[in-house]
Amino acid sequence: MKNRLKVLRAERDWSQQDLAERLEVSRQSVNAIETGRYDPSLPLAFRIADLFDMSIEAIFQNPSKEIQA
Amino acid sequence: MSQSVAQRRYNKRTIVFSLFYAATLIAAVYSFKHHLVAGPLAWVVAVLPALSIVGIFAAIGLYLAEESDEYVRAMTVRQTLWASGFALSIATIWGFLESFELVGHVESYWVSILWFGGLGLGTCANRLSTVGRRS
Repeated sequence: MKNRLKVLRAERDWSQQDLAERLEVSRQSVNAIETGRYDPSLPLAFRIADLFDMSIEAIFQNPSKEIQA
Repeated sequence: MSQSVAQRRYNKRTIVFSLFYAATLIAAVYSFKHHLVAGPLAWVVAVLPALSIVGIFAAIGLYLAEESDEYVRAMTVRQTLWASGFALSIATIWGFLESFELVGHVESYWVSILWFGGLGLGTCANRLSTVGRRS
């Protein structure tokens, strides 16, 4: 799933490891989510959204809308 | 990379079961070679090394239940699916070849050995899925 995680992380000058520690997941997980190889569960997506103080839709692109576009 | 609490527990359990396996296997081989066991005791001595392998399967199950990182857990599940597919496929093919008397008999514990080999195959599959997509 396409997302803005890399941009949001860069804006805060966080490494993947920094973000992983804040989310209490592995750096591999952050990498997999950023590159769209893994879609996070809803609880993890909410944790990501809370961390950036944004809505889930503002971070992750809705796949069904992606097809229409 | 630091290991998760679940990974450290899994490593400890696996080491304990591996040591128990080595000890019981040596004891079983020695006992049977020197005709020290018979009757119900022979059954117990013969089964003990197998129980260690069962323990390692249980350790993998516990690891999957305890691992809190959902991505790592998903990768491990995929690895075990590769292992299961690999071991069961080879066992099935061998079983048919054996039924038609084209190959000799092989002890069934080889399925476990194939399964552990299949975990390596699963690791390769997981690594290949990340090639060229790292940022």
